[in-house]
Amino acid sequence: MAVVKIEHLDIVFGNNLAKTLPLMDKGHSRDEILGMSGDVVGVQDANIEVNEGEICVLMGLSGSGKSTLLRAVNGLNKVARGRCLVKDGSDMVDMATCDEKTLRHMRTNRVSMVFQSFALMPWLTVLENVAFGLEMQGMALKDRLAKAKEQLDMVGLTQWADKKPDELSGGMRQRVGLARAFAMDTDVLLMDEPFSALDPLIRSQLQDELIELQKRLNKTIIFVSHDLDEALKIGTKIAIMESARIIQQGAPEQIVLNPATEYVEKFVAHTNPLNVLCGSALMTPLAELPKKEARFNVGENLWLALDAGQFQGVYNSEEEVASAQWAPGMRIEDMPANTVVRVDETINMRDAVEIRYHTNRPIVLENDGQCVGILSDHNFYHALLGKHFSRTETQ
Amino acid sequence: MDWLTDNKIPLGAWMESFIDWLVGSASGFFDLISFVLETMITSMVDSIMWAPPLAVIAIVLVGVWFLHHSIGLLVFITASLLLIINMGYWEETVQTLVLVISATAFSVLIGIPIGIAAAHRSWLYTILRPILDLMQTIPTFVYLIPTLILFGLGYVPGLISTVIFAIAAPIRLTYLGVSKVPSELLEAGLAFGCTKSKLLYKVELPAAMPSIMAGITQCIMLSLSMVVVAALVGADGLGKPVIRALNTVNISQGFEAGIAIVLVAIMLDRICKTPSMRKEG
Repeated sequence: MAVVKIEHLDIVFGNNLAKTLPLMDKGHSRDEILGMSGDVVGVQDANIEVNEGEICVLMGLSGSGKSTLLRAVNGLNKVARGRCLVKDGSDMVDMATCDEKTLRHMRTNRVSMVFQSFALMPWLTVLENVAFGLEMQGMALKDRLAKAKEQLDMVGLTQWADKKPDELSGGMRQRVGLARAFAMDTDVLLMDEPFSALDPLIRSQLQDELIELQKRLNKTIIFVSHDLDEALKIGTKIAIMESARIIQQGAPEQIVLNPATEYVEKFVAHTNPLNVLCGSALMTPLAELPKKEARFNVGENLWLALDAGQFQGVYNSEEEVASAQWAPGMRIEDMPANTVVRVDETINMRDAVEIRYHTNRPIVLENDGQCVGILSDHNFYHALLGKHFSRTETQ
Repeated sequence: MDWLTDNKIPLGAWMESFIDWLVGSASGFFDLISFVLETMITSMVDSIMWAPPLAVIAIVLVGVWFLHHSIGLLVFITASLLLIINMGYWEETVQTLVLVISATAFSVLIGIPIGIAAAHRSWLYTILRPILDLMQTIPTFVYLIPTLILFGLGYVPGLISTVIFAIAAPIRLTYLGVSKVPSELLEAGLAFGCTKSKLLYKVELPAAMPSIMAGITQCIMLSLSMVVVAALVGADGLGKPVIRALNTVNISQGFEAGIAIVLVAIMLDRICKTPSMRKEG
């Protein structure tokens, strides 16, 4: 069920819309349009759908239009053309055309926002800052302070309630920003590079906290970032923008493995494969393994035997080699050495490498009980060298 | 060259006939304003003078204590006011303070809304800026003449001239404060559902408050600097003894009245500074 649905959305900064829109339709570039009409194209023909519970990350370099697109969702940026639908109960409200009253209703009850520079009111205490939006909802003073306090507890800043924002560190300030947005109880949360201004350690800590909070609260989040690792870590869907257009969108792994253009390829080139790739993307499929007497060669003097596609055993020249099964949640350290481990093909690369490190043996991947392929050192090296992320190599 | 001087543009004459026209057509209106303001100021002065000076000082001290919690400031104010009483300028000081405070009140009440309006509409500030420059740079004596004609002798022309001179400060600094509110605070306000008026009262004004307060403090100081000029058109206060001393070449009287003005200025400055401003420097 789509909570936010953006259809053919154009955003233009400037006063010559009548001149600019036809130029955009004729396919002129952003720079050409700036020269011809003096207008800046912020977003051009954006189409994207965000479903309930999804974290959609808008990625791109600065100036690519990602923050501009984000600001259309709560009506901070004026839409030139197209629709920006946000769910309100059972209806979808078009933020581009709705009246002032509806817009305010959507902002107070449906969509809240977290800012890159925190945007806390310096003259209010931390608690009052968190309660800021609640006042716009028309809540009584006592109720909103009580609710704000709950939110502060949630982000672990209870003792700081009476301090002013400038007494807090950057990470704490952004927690206040998060609490302020969460206090609104909106379904949709817009986050404009919320962690970019923080140092790396705090950033990764807040990312983890956000993921934890999201597990409990199940919001629909649109998140702007220029950091691919961040996008891969928290995003369930990624849209990559380049000069005002969305050039590729999809699941994180899909984007990393199949970059649509050179721009995306450059973006993903330096991704850490440990965070994104899963077993099925890494493996050598059974069909490609050398075969002898119905056994598959899975390593030096190691032979995999199957029974109607199901795992039967791994043998070296004389006898059977120990095997075990692993599923997410089990301790990898407990896997005995010199064991062939069977895992589901969706295993992430970090776990697979660690299993290989402990067992010293190739890993057998299964899908629904059927062996589908193996992971050996070669597969890991291939991935670690980033060869999965290059368009020419995967083709 | 001769042609240029022979064909003089009658700028001054135009202004004069404009003032004449005002006096002729709206003198009742100006008389009314004059009467209301004069009554207001004299009754304020009278009611303060009715109370014993020491009681007035005590009330001032209590107020200052609530604002600043500073013993040093209390000692200074007590000493200053006692010295003023000792020099025999208590009544003049009260008159001056009432004039300064009224002028500031009018300037602030008129100036802050104008400053806000100008910050929201850039065309308005484009129009205002040369007018404000004119009001501040034209020698005060020049507009003393028409205000004297329109409002007669007394406090009122002094008050009006003071307002004209001092109002630029709150307008400029309110404009500056409101137009310099960080855009992310405005965005945050809007994103959380502020209406236009909520945005003004909950975001723009609090964010601009330090600048607005600086404007008010400046306004008080500018008003005070007008007391001597206001005395020329008959406004009572500390300016009167200064003028009298000038006319009679009386060094001791001039010095004492001058000291009183300086003390009033320092007291007002210290009282107006908010604690946060003092911390910053």
